[in-house]
Amino acid sequence: MSDYLTRNDHFVAPDADHSIGEVDAVAVSDKVSNLWLDTWRDIRKRVLFWVSAVVVLLIVIVALFPGLFTQVNPTKCVLDFSNAGPAVGHPFGYDKQGCDVFSRVIHGTNASLSVGLLTVLISTVVGVTFGALGGFYGKWIDAVLSRVGDIFFSIPYILAAVVIMSVFSQYRNVLMVAVAIGGFAWPGVARVLRSEILRVKNADFVTASTALGRSRVKTLFLHVLPNSIAPLIVLTTLSLGGAIVAEATLSFLGVGLPGTTMSWGNDISAAQSDIRTNPMTLIYPSMALTITVLAFIMLGEVLRDALDPQARAAR
Amino acid sequence: MIRYILRRLLQVIPVLLGTTFLIYYMVFAMPGDPLLTLFGDKTPNPALLEQLRAQYHLDQPFIVQYLLYLGGALRGDFGTSYSGQAVSEILARTFPVTLRLAVIAVVLELVLAVVIGLVSGLRKGKFFDNINLIISLVLLSVPIFVLAFLAQYFIGIKLGWARPTVSGSAPWSELLLPGIVLALSLYATSMRLTRASVITTMNQDFVRTAYSKGLPRRRVIPVHVLRNSLIPTITNVGTDFGVLMVGATVTEGIFNVPGVGNAVFQAIRHSQGPTVVSFVTVMVLIYVFVNLGVDLLYALLDPRIRYE
Repeated sequence: MSDYLTRNDHFVAPDADHSIGEVDAVAVSDKVSNLWLDTWRDIRKRVLFWVSAVVVLLIVIVALFPGLFTQVNPTKCVLDFSNAGPAVGHPFGYDKQGCDVFSRVIHGTNASLSVGLLTVLISTVVGVTFGALGGFYGKWIDAVLSRVGDIFFSIPYILAAVVIMSVFSQYRNVLMVAVAIGGFAWPGVARVLRSEILRVKNADFVTASTALGRSRVKTLFLHVLPNSIAPLIVLTTLSLGGAIVAEATLSFLGVGLPGTTMSWGNDISAAQSDIRTNPMTLIYPSMALTITVLAFIMLGEVLRDALDPQARAAR
Repeated sequence: MIRYILRRLLQVIPVLLGTTFLIYYMVFAMPGDPLLTLFGDKTPNPALLEQLRAQYHLDQPFIVQYLLYLGGALRGDFGTSYSGQAVSEILARTFPVTLRLAVIAVVLELVLAVVIGLVSGLRKGKFFDNINLIISLVLLSVPIFVLAFLAQYFIGIKLGWARPTVSGSAPWSELLLPGIVLALSLYATSMRLTRASVITTMNQDFVRTAYSKGLPRRRVIPVHVLRNSLIPTITNVGTDFGVLMVGATVTEGIFNVPGVGNAVFQAIRHSQGPTVVSFVTVMVLIYVFVNLGVDLLYALLDPRIRYE
């Protein structure tokens, strides 16, 4: 029996006397079809997917190994070069403090991406917990968790993050910023997952799982969650862009990462006063920020189109 | 309708209590003394500290402090800012400006979203539609402060078409540039909603019927298609209005618009934690009520909502 299961990916009753099992079995050579394979077949044909995937990959490499892209020390600043234009080896010129702008943009990638990933991790973990428990168990658990979600949802998360960061002004670091943003961004995740689970939990395979004697918790983890995850992946990719913007906004307001941490938001904030004399120091980190967000949003949109079978059929 | 209004009002009460409690808890139940931050690096006089502690009810248990605050808020007393002005006074002064800015932004957003979304939806998959979708993707990705700086630099400073910053009385003409920036940052989502809705409506039977009755395109498009495609857009614009009432902090700060957002922006920039918190609480209250208003308006427009 287990042999059939592994070979055919679906259950065929064991039957030694008759050859029904073989008649019933799906030919292994047939193209296997499931949501993820269909999605992959669909997106690998799309230019937008490859463009955004390559940009995202490049950004990750820049964040992990900034040394590959610039040899200039971003913190070794010479005031002689204050607001100087581009020079050989310094393509973006210098900022007010005489620091190399290109090097600062490259080295600032890490902070933005770390905050973005951590924020999304936090909001996803909290959101999935709330959404999955509420959607799957229903009744009073759902009522309580949904009301708590409503409360967090009613506070615009930038405002909430501003309050948290003002309160914890002495603990300004990547983790704290991520907690401040993610701690209020999760109701969106919870709502999406909850409605998806409500849709999935009455499906026949869930009933079958319970009927076969699996516990509720195991059913939730083995059958309901894996089948509700698609919209979550889209939301996660899209909100990564949002989280990066939120970090830059907080740093720009002066309540995000401390001024000593290199980040695009801090650099934009610092360049603000020189907008008349040296606008490029403001424009380069802004461009890096925009391109990063654009790449994640594009990837999210491609995934959304590909993961939605209805949208795929319509094309 | 009255039953619906009552039900929505009842739903708002736990949200209001929850949000105010949450913010209050975050600020006052945390380690560290909010009063000490008032003195910065200096060591305060213990007698003065005691007096302030009593004045702000900090010697009372947390829940009593919260209830006192709530009682004050119900009477319209939201506390005092650093400069000694009542938060409610500052709001009364700044709110009209924010309201005007929000009106400009929302009207521009609605017009752009409806016109461009309609044209794009009618020409699905054509050149205009594709270009439009790419532009909207870029607009979705540009952070608002980048957009604001670009507008300030190119239109305000380079071309000199508008004042880069708004003057004290904030006349309508000077609010136009920040209004355009806000509208552009919000427009992409509304335009996409209109476009998707137009595409769905175009495939409906009643549109086919209208055409086969022999009605001309100039009547079918505005009357049959557009009117039936507008509800998602209007809802979204309504929500944006709620966001603008509270969320224009960055834009107002950059253009120096003397509105609510700028008051918060200045308080944040000068690290006036408690003032920021009083403002944010009020803004959350406004946000909840504007959203309630949008919901009620929505129920008025679409009777199906009331009988859910």
